[in-house]
Formats: sequence, C-alpha cells, structure tokens
Amino acid sequence: MSILVNKQTRVLTQGITGATGQFHTKACKEYGTQMVAGVTPGKGGTVFEGIPIFDSVERAVRETGADASVIYVPPPFAADAILEAADAGIPLIICITEGVPVRDMVKVKRYLEGRSSQLLGPNCPGTITPGECKIGIMPGHIHKAGTIGVVSRSGTLTYEAVDQLTRLGMGQSTCVGIGGDPVHGFEFIDVLKMFNQDSGTIAVVMIGEIGGSAEEEAAAWIKFNMKKPVAGFIAGQTAPPGKRMGHAGAIISGGKGTAKEKIEAMKSAGIRLAPSPATIGRTLQEAIGK
Amino acid sequence: MNIHEFQAKEILKRFGVAVPRGIVATTPEQAKAAAQELGGGVSVVKAQIHAGGRGKGGGVKVVKSPDEAAAKAREMLGKNLVTHQTGPEGRQVRRVLVEQGLNIERELYLAMVLDRAQSRVTVICSSEGGVEIEEVAANHPEKILKETVDPVIGLAAFQCRRLAFALGVPPALTGKMVGVMQGLYRVFEECDASLAEINPLIITKEGQVMALDAKMNFDSNAFFRQKEIVALRDLDEEDPREVEASKYDLSYISLDGNIACMVNGAGLAMATMDIIKLYGGEPANFLDVGGGADKEKVAQAFKILLADARVRGVLINIFGGIMRCDVLAQGVVDAARELNISVPLVVRMQGTNVEQGRQILAESGLTIISAETMAEAAEKIVKAVQTN
Repeated sequence: MSILVNKQTRVLTQGITGATGQFHTKACKEYGTQMVAGVTPGKGGTVFEGIPIFDSVERAVRETGADASVIYVPPPFAADAILEAADAGIPLIICITEGVPVRDMVKVKRYLEGRSSQLLGPNCPGTITPGECKIGIMPGHIHKAGTIGVVSRSGTLTYEAVDQLTRLGMGQSTCVGIGGDPVHGFEFIDVLKMFNQDSGTIAVVMIGEIGGSAEEEAAAWIKFNMKKPVAGFIAGQTAPPGKRMGHAGAIISGGKGTAKEKIEAMKSAGIRLAPSPATIGRTLQEAIGK
Repeated sequence: MNIHEFQAKEILKRFGVAVPRGIVATTPEQAKAAAQELGGGVSVVKAQIHAGGRGKGGGVKVVKSPDEAAAKAREMLGKNLVTHQTGPEGRQVRRVLVEQGLNIERELYLAMVLDRAQSRVTVICSSEGGVEIEEVAANHPEKILKETVDPVIGLAAFQCRRLAFALGVPPALTGKMVGVMQGLYRVFEECDASLAEINPLIITKEGQVMALDAKMNFDSNAFFRQKEIVALRDLDEEDPREVEASKYDLSYISLDGNIACMVNGAGLAMATMDIIKLYGGEPANFLDVGGGADKEKVAQAFKILLADARVRGVLINIFGGIMRCDVLAQGVVDAARELNISVPLVVRMQGTNVEQGRQILAESGLTIISAETMAEAAEKIVKAVQTN
C-alpha cells in the first residue's frame, strides 16, 4: 500500500515541451510511471516520447483520463497552470516550479477552497511510491519499496534521508516533498493523516526546517492522533535570524520559526529527533525498535 | 529585498497614504537647505540605512534650526551607525532624510504580513506604536489586533473600521484611518510586498493620520513583474559576496565561521551547516548552488567562497539527483586549479555518476580529501581546519 500515487496513477505533464518538463517526464516514464499526456498551449496534436500533447488540461483529461498532473511551467505562469488543472477537476496537482510569487499562491489557495483537487507544492521535488510511480524530480534509484513514509519540506535533504533508509534496508511506502515556499498545498498534517491511515506504512520520517510554524502544528496533531512512530530532523539549527536560507519560506522572522522551538515541540509530541542529518535513518530505526 | 524609509514613503504617497514632507540630503549643506525649505523651524534628521533601531542608535535627531540640521547631518553622514540590527560594525550612513516636525497626539502601529498558517494576508494593529511590535506581543499580547484579508475581496472597509474603533481612533478620523489601511493593503498587493509596516502611524494634534516611519520588504519571486521596485535596490546595503552570488543565481548567505560550504539544495545546505557545528566547526556561509548547476556555476561559487579571507577550509556536499557528480567534480577541479586553492578541501558526493566524479577528483593530482557520508565529511573538514 501507499498514499497519493501508485501503479494506477495516470499522469499528465503541464509544460511538457520545456527542457525541464522533457527531462523529467522522460525520467519518470523510464521509472515506470504511467505518463499519459502532456499539455503545452499551442503544441496540441504533437507527440513527445510517445506521449500525446494537448492544448489544454481539460482536453488532455477528457482524452486520456489523467488523474494527476505535474507542473514544470515557469514561475510567471505556474499559478495559472494550477488553476487550469483544478478547473479540469484533476484530483492531485503537483507543482515542481520554484519561484512562484507568494501573492499568486494566496489566490490559488483561495481558488482551491471547496474544490476536489489537492495540491502538492510548489517548489517541491514531488512524490514517489517506490517501484510503482514517481512524479517529480527525485532520483528514482535511491528509493526502495517498503513501509516507511517520508514527508519533508526539502528536496536534496530528503534524498539524503531516503538514501540512509535504503542503505539500512528500510524501504519506503511513499515519499512526499511538500516544498519550501511559505504558501503551499499539502501541509505536514495532511500527509501525516494519510500515512496514519495507510496500512502499508508502519513509521514516518518527518523533515522540517526553520520558518513558519508548520512543524509545531504537526507536532501538536501527532501528540494526540498519530498511531505510528515518527522520527524527525529540523534543518537550520545554525541559521541566523532574518536571513532567507535559500527556500522562500526558510526564514526566522521576529524571533519566530527557530529550529529550537520546532525541536522542542516535536520532542514533547514524542517524536524522536535525529541530532545530526547523518543519523536520520538510524533514528527512525531506533524509533521502531529495530 | 528591503528598501530605505524615504523610498517606502514615496511608495506610500503614491497610494494615497499621507507622509510628512521630507527631503533627502547627502551633504550637511543639503540638509540645511532642506530644513530651510521645510520652513526653517523644528525638523527631524533621520539616517537612511536598511536596519531598525535607528532612533536608539542615535540615527534620528530632532533639530530646531537649519544650522542644527546641518550639524546633525554632519555627525551622521559617512559614519557607521550601530543599531541592534546592524551588528557591531554598524552600517555606513550615505544619506539622511530631513522631515518637517509634527505635533504628535498618538502613536499607533500598523502592518501587513503574510500569515503562513492561513495562507492569507493579515493586518496587524496596535495602540502601542513607536516601539517594536515583538515587545508588545511579548508583554501585552491583548494590545495586538488582527484582521485576515480575503484575497478575492481585498481589505474591506468594515474590517478597517473595526480596527479603528478598537484602537480608539476618534470617530471623525475613522475615514482617514480606513484610507490609510486600504492604501497600505494596495501597496502590499500591487507591489508584491512581503512586509509593509508603518511604525509609528501617528495622529497629529491637527487631526492628520500619517506614516511617520515605514518599512517594506518585497517578494523576490515577483521581481519579474516589479521593475520599479527592483530599481530601488541599494547594493551598498547588501553583503558584497551575496550581491556577487546573486548575479550567478546562487543562493549565498555570509556567516561568521571559517569553514566554507557548497551544497545543492537549501535544506541540505542548512543541514550541512548544522553538521559542521555539531562536529565543533563554524560554517562560513550558506550556499545552495541549485539543482542543475553546471561547471561554470560551480566554479563561480568556488570563487565566491574563497574570496572570504576568513575561510580556512572548504566542504563540498552534493547529493546528485538532477545534478551529475562528474559535472560537479570537473567544475571543482577546474576552479581549484585556477584559484590555486591553499586551504583543505573535503568533497562528499552521492548520487548520479558518483564513480566518474570520484575518478575525476582522484586523477586531478589535487589534494582533495574525499568522504563517503555527511558525518565523515564534517569530521574531516573540522579536523583539517583545526590542524592546519
């Protein structure tokens, strides 16, 4: 079992004719993901790697039955791409694009209210159910099918954690990168709820970073609701206040959003914290008592 | 990106928010002329730097005459102003803003920020203006008022009135208050601000509502559509290495330590800083070279790291997903040769094409310490720096 995506997931790529869209669509297809359609306005009727391209998401959904969309559209047009996917009723929208203005995302979130579509990202690596479906930019080969759920605000730090798990023989049910922007779709809590209910997940790794209060909110939820062990790590323990550490959302402002606060909240919720980014895998192992 | 107070006030004026009459001066003579132009009576000389706490640091002076304005400007201009936000070295004052003196009746606080938990813009108000809002939040949380804005509707007049009444603004001035709040919201919205703060927002004895000080901060993701805002950037106020890095689309933040690091991905870059510290070292910087960095970008990143004279060692930590380890290795070797690197260099690579990458490093003839894991890399660079 897994969450969000599996063998049956039918994926369309928005922005399939750009360099990034092409590269990753090909890589996901090679991994075994069902890449069923592409969308680039004006390029409808053409084909990329055997994948038919359409002018609109609506048309692509009608003709191919796509039920997930991945977006590689450049930042000025990314919000519109999300709106179009939601309008077409796509259940799962994954926006990889980095650099979407916050104002656009505030409007997107308002638009999604009351709709059936769910959003992952933007500025995220995507999601993968190892051996079944990879949607996004993560390197497929470091993953291994198994029972550990991974949820993270980071990209490469998640790869680091996954690599540690795989080397320790602990495969993953699903890995979800929720992204590093201040306004985004799925939060930690949304993904944790899914892992909690997924019979194929026995424990969860949660990787957070400085900025905002999503980790604290997740910790409060975990404390009273989570039935499975959780191991965690918070990046940015040495980050200075007031400086944006790469990710748009990774900033300590007004004394809020520090690693210390997050670590304390997580510890008090019973989450086992890795003292070092090099021991995330081992910490999870300890959490499940292996 | 931050801007100066005088720039923020020009923006406010454009959106219908009243600000004191003011003139920017870069010499004492100009400051004197400005004070004269403003009526020759009481005026205020304010140092223009991108940092808060200027008043306590001696960067805001009330003067009674144009001559005194010149004297105070002379004291400030060209000197480094130290506030609790500048660090001990302070920030050089290159211009002052000379403003008319006003009869202040009340000082309020007004700001707009993004509420991340709600994914909405929030208006924050307080009857306690002129002090830092963090202080008010800590000591008198009940004096902080908030309204959340629906992005479809914008900031509604009734919400502004609700705030104005709660702040105890005289009924006759409610309309003006609503205008200021909606004006500030339009600034936030139309200029893609990430923070817009008026502190204090004053009510004068004559019944005016004015922004006495203003601070703004903008979303760099929106720069493609905010040309006028980008033009307000003052490179003198930024760390020169950070400016240089931004030219090459590298995300670099200067820190106080002596171990430079180059990493792909922001989360892993922060984690690398953390692990250096954990092993007893101090990181010299945050540097994310990004996902698809090529040879040239790696070389540029290297140059920026080594331009920091305090650097005693370099740690490269790459988890190649999209980024290929062989490309990274070639970039490192080229740059290390060109720059004649004299400090220890530890490289840890994982992921795509790692074997080819390791081979390039091994065959380069350079003394590169290689490491398998993050922990090993951190341990090795800290040891190398301590014994070097």
